Amino acid sequence: MPRLDEIADYVRSKNAGPFWVTIDIFCGDADRFDRLRETAALSPEAIGAIYGVDPGKVLRFDAPLINVIKISFPRPIAQGGAGDVDSHAGQMFVALLSAEIG
Amino acid sequence: MVASQVSRGRVCRVLVPSGVLGSGCPEEAMARGERLSPDCIAVDGGSTDSGPYYLGAGRSKMTRPATKRDLRQLMLARDRLGVPLLVGSCGTSGTDAGVDWMAEIAAEIAAEEGLTARVALVYSELSAEALRAPLAAGTITPLAPAGPLDAATLGSCDHIVGLLGYEPLAKAIGEGADIVLSGRTTDTAVLAAVPLMRGLPAGPSWHAAKTAECGGLCTTHSRRGGVMLSIDDHGFDIEPLHIDNQCTPFSVSAHLLYENADPFRLKEPGVTLDATSATYRALDERCVRVEGSVAEPNGYTMKLEGAGPAGFRTMVFSAIADPRVLARIGIWLANVELHLRGGIREVLGVADDAYRLELRPYGWNALDPRPAPAPPPPLEVGLMTLVTADTQELATEIAKYCNPVLLHFPLDPNDPLPSFAFPFSPAEVELGAQYEFRLNHVIALDDPLTLARFRWLNLGAEAPDAAA
Repeated sequence: MPRLDEIADYVRSKNAGPFWVTIDIFCGDADRFDRLRETAALSPEAIGAIYGVDPGKVLRFDAPLINVIKISFPRPIAQGGAGDVDSHAGQMFVALLSAEIG
Repeated sequence: MVASQVSRGRVCRVLVPSGVLGSGCPEEAMARGERLSPDCIAVDGGSTDSGPYYLGAGRSKMTRPATKRDLRQLMLARDRLGVPLLVGSCGTSGTDAGVDWMAEIAAEIAAEEGLTARVALVYSELSAEALRAPLAAGTITPLAPAGPLDAATLGSCDHIVGLLGYEPLAKAIGEGADIVLSGRTTDTAVLAAVPLMRGLPAGPSWHAAKTAECGGLCTTHSRRGGVMLSIDDHGFDIEPLHIDNQCTPFSVSAHLLYENADPFRLKEPGVTLDATSATYRALDERCVRVEGSVAEPNGYTMKLEGAGPAGFRTMVFSAIADPRVLARIGIWLANVELHLRGGIREVLGVADDAYRLELRPYGWNALDPRPAPAPPPPLEVGLMTLVTADTQELATEIAKYCNPVLLHFPLDPNDPLPSFAFPFSPAEVELGAQYEFRLNHVIALDDPLTLARFRWLNLGAEAPDAAA
């Protein structure tokens, strides 16, 4: 099965305030947007398993106008807190790139 | 004629020179912005974006020279145009000291340039003491994912600020301020204040402000300066200040994604902006028209930010390139950590819960939240050993104990003594006091002005009241 980074045009992550992280998946076009919006690999359960967060707290937004899927969740460690390795959460998306898209 | 000058009836133009004061706006971009006849100049001076240190320590992230350079450019433009200048979140975190720091810089510039201006300083730092009564009354509530607040947490913060909405800024301008320097303020409120006080509708005003809050990030060339917002009764136009830059429907709509958890519904003091039905249309190759966003009134709340001390850190950075060690780096790291923790307990006599030790193998899996990756092994690993303790002295003492272990720890006990790469002497780097964000709460207010404090300055020695 193809990986997320073999389908999407561009993926990024960023802190959204000190307590949240948000991942933007720029799908590229409507076909890939439709394919990615359905995949279990981007479900709250899958995100929760990768990042160690409660799936019930994972938010998902689909922006069809620009073919973007957005996933937001509380950071496991608040920005700048003990053990935080990525203050701006700028590299958190990388763990998602190898997700296999069914 | 640029598209934003097409008549749309009532229009309020906001010149946004950059995403943060001190990051710079090219002169040619600023000059073009001035020619577009803005009704105000508005810029954000801070954020929590760079972490808890700036609020905890009450220090500015941007340097004084860079801040002064930008403020001089804006004060001179303001003086030529005769319009208000607003700077929010002064000194990065918007503490009282940050506002005073900015006021001091403004006074220096006024003296150097012979400018006169009436300046409103709007403060929003709060004491834990002042928040105890509202806490007891139940008007302070958590935002996800925080839990309820208690008095001990409030008391543990070195600085607490409330995020001002647009109302205190509008009040200051209504009372004759040429320049408003405010404490912690929502980025958007700084940009939306003048349009809102002139009666332009909330939906377009807040949406325009949200789009421009990071200056040129909503354009195709974010380093060519900021943007001009033209807000009217039906929507807003946005264009880059620089002639060689573009706003496109994609660049403008995509900006609502940036560092927002929810790209469609954005909470501001007293309102929720709903951009779900917004439309984005290119007016020409560099200007975009946005319509259809609405603002729903909510009960008025002010967000609180607070940061408190979280110990002191000392770091040792070492590096490994030996392929034999790197082939079994996970095992080596586990053995190093075990040895270090035992030695800290037995040799130094420091209890396990009196310090925090982290080994971060950069090049291996320092950033990956998942278990260690499968082979192939990395070519090099930069190993950050990070010690946190209640005092700098203890953190460094522990780091000094780690030093020879990190230098010589063998993969197998029988190996002839190996040595790894240390880039510095001394190897220990003291990182100073650490802070953490402690508040993620809002306080309900009957009146948006309740927790804002005002002070007025007349800049320009010869005519102290001339600009009032």
